[in-house]
Amino acid sequence: MMSAERHEIKMFTPLTTGLLIIIIAGAVSVYKRLALGLGATTNLQDDFPWGLWIGFDVLGGVAMAAGGFVIASAVYLLNMKKYKPIARPAILTAFLGYLLAATAIFLDIGHPLRLWHPAVMWQINSIMFIVAIHVILYTTVLAMESSPMFFEKIGLKGVQKFVEKIMMPIALFGTLLSTLHQSSLGAVYLIVPEKLHPLWYSQTLPLGFLVSAVMMGLSMVSFESILSTKFFRHPANMDILSGLARGSLVVTGLYFILKIFLLVKGPGIAAAFDGSMEAKMYLLEMAVGVIFPLILLVLPAVRKGMNSILLVNCLVIFGIVINRMNVGVFGMLRHAKGRGISYFPTGNEIMVTLFMVAAGIFLFKFAVKFFNVLSHEEAEEVH
Amino acid sequence: MEASFLIDTTKCIGCRGCQVACKQWNQNNAEKTSLGQTFTNPPRLNARTYTNIAFFEGEHGNKLFWNFARNGCFHCKKPACVSVCPVAALIKTEEGPVIYRAERCIGCRYCMLACPFNIPKFEWEKISPRIQKCTFCYERILDGKLPACAKTCPSGTIHFEDSIEKNLKEARKRISENSEKYVNHIYGENEAGGTSVLLLSALPLDQIGFGKVSEQVLPDLTWKYISGIPAVIGVVLAAGIGSWIITRRNKNMDKEGE
Repeated sequence: MMSAERHEIKMFTPLTTGLLIIIIAGAVSVYKRLALGLGATTNLQDDFPWGLWIGFDVLGGVAMAAGGFVIASAVYLLNMKKYKPIARPAILTAFLGYLLAATAIFLDIGHPLRLWHPAVMWQINSIMFIVAIHVILYTTVLAMESSPMFFEKIGLKGVQKFVEKIMMPIALFGTLLSTLHQSSLGAVYLIVPEKLHPLWYSQTLPLGFLVSAVMMGLSMVSFESILSTKFFRHPANMDILSGLARGSLVVTGLYFILKIFLLVKGPGIAAAFDGSMEAKMYLLEMAVGVIFPLILLVLPAVRKGMNSILLVNCLVIFGIVINRMNVGVFGMLRHAKGRGISYFPTGNEIMVTLFMVAAGIFLFKFAVKFFNVLSHEEAEEVH
Repeated sequence: MEASFLIDTTKCIGCRGCQVACKQWNQNNAEKTSLGQTFTNPPRLNARTYTNIAFFEGEHGNKLFWNFARNGCFHCKKPACVSVCPVAALIKTEEGPVIYRAERCIGCRYCMLACPFNIPKFEWEKISPRIQKCTFCYERILDGKLPACAKTCPSGTIHFEDSIEKNLKEARKRISENSEKYVNHIYGENEAGGTSVLLLSALPLDQIGFGKVSEQVLPDLTWKYISGIPAVIGVVLAAGIGSWIITRRNKNMDKEGE
């Protein structure tokens, strides 16, 4: 019944055509980066070595993928079976997110073909080493977590059953890796107390990244479910959406307390209102990603309406992306400016980033069409 | 031995012999530059320029005063660049120099981000780029020779010793014997937890391009996080398995109840 519905997803809609155009144009930019080098195609420079790709693609992309471990641990560790229908799309999103983050790192490093070096040349003092190991291991875990729908598709029922049986330890390992990886991305910036603006620098960066990643994960999963309803005509489950919204309320509340505590204890409240570019970016991040969502989520009516939940999701996703951009790019600009440098990404950098986003959406749609991603719950009930 | 420079900028005559010697020994190409607001040339360090002399006009003892500052790697005792490198391409040698092993480097540029002195530079224009910075002429030191810049310096500005302690003693002596000549600050004694290169200056150091760098040993900041990882692993595994057992038992009990 559901599979008939799935085939109604058309492959060539105006949206898909648009995505394909961006992908082709972006592929040219990717090629240029590889053929001409970083200097010729980016605005990165000695006093500003990390830019848009690290801030948006890597930090933002990995945060967007957090829904995978949040839902996997809810379903497989906490046995909250209610959320099982969204486990497949959540884990698939995480898998795509990590593949794209890995692609971004591949393009960002000076020697893409040495991407494997950290796996054999260990240096345990380095957060970058820890991040690299986590990307490798967690992408493998996500591939295993998403494999049942692949085995299902190619008719290997036995293998599918086996993987589903050992899902609990896989999910446990995935949760462990994600906890460490999300927080490690914050820990990357612990080494720059004098370069990162005090509105963002603190010893608790790892915790902040972890909590905000959970917020982002919950919102992304909810966001996708709602869009699937609207685009793929897949019936939404309001019970699940409201549950995710309640979860968001708790996590956003915690994050709000953490952020205010850090502001007061660190640079002081006045620093957020001194009118500087950084203060404006901080207020934008806080208003869009934390305060508005919190005010909305407190209202029970908001948590019961699909459109209001969609609004909150958009705010949180945008706000947390701004947070990652603030840490990775905007918060580092003051230091660069002190050395006579400014940074704005080149068209080529922006095109590569758009390529990643478009490829992510395209691959998700492709997977939804050809694999049993969204209609998993009915398949479950058969046996 | 622990290689150390004592760079007494008050002795520098601005001849830039060190720049030239450095380029020659390291076979770094010259570069096209243009006239800027100062005589500093090349205007900043880059992948082909490991050291340069920055020219600063200031006032000292009510007179016009040129202060020439030699820029370059400080070879920290606990280098941030070494601690952040995921593949140990940068290492702190026993002899003191922080050196680079290009064949390991993946080009992630975390060292550039982490360095409090902004020293590591990148070959942006190359397809196969390397990180570049002063090597303290590691091979020359191993060979019992002076680093190229110190060897060529005609004014005794760049003084090499095989012990940081000896240079610190000498620096303190110069300041106490000539207190009106120097600001009372040995740059590098405590900066970033202490470095192998020590600077003396007549003008305050932030006026000659050496900004304030905290005394914090930067790698300690990340080590605090990394050393907590085993505990996090324990907590997550225990919490995960614990909640799995409890919630599954509850579910089974519900089913039996039905």
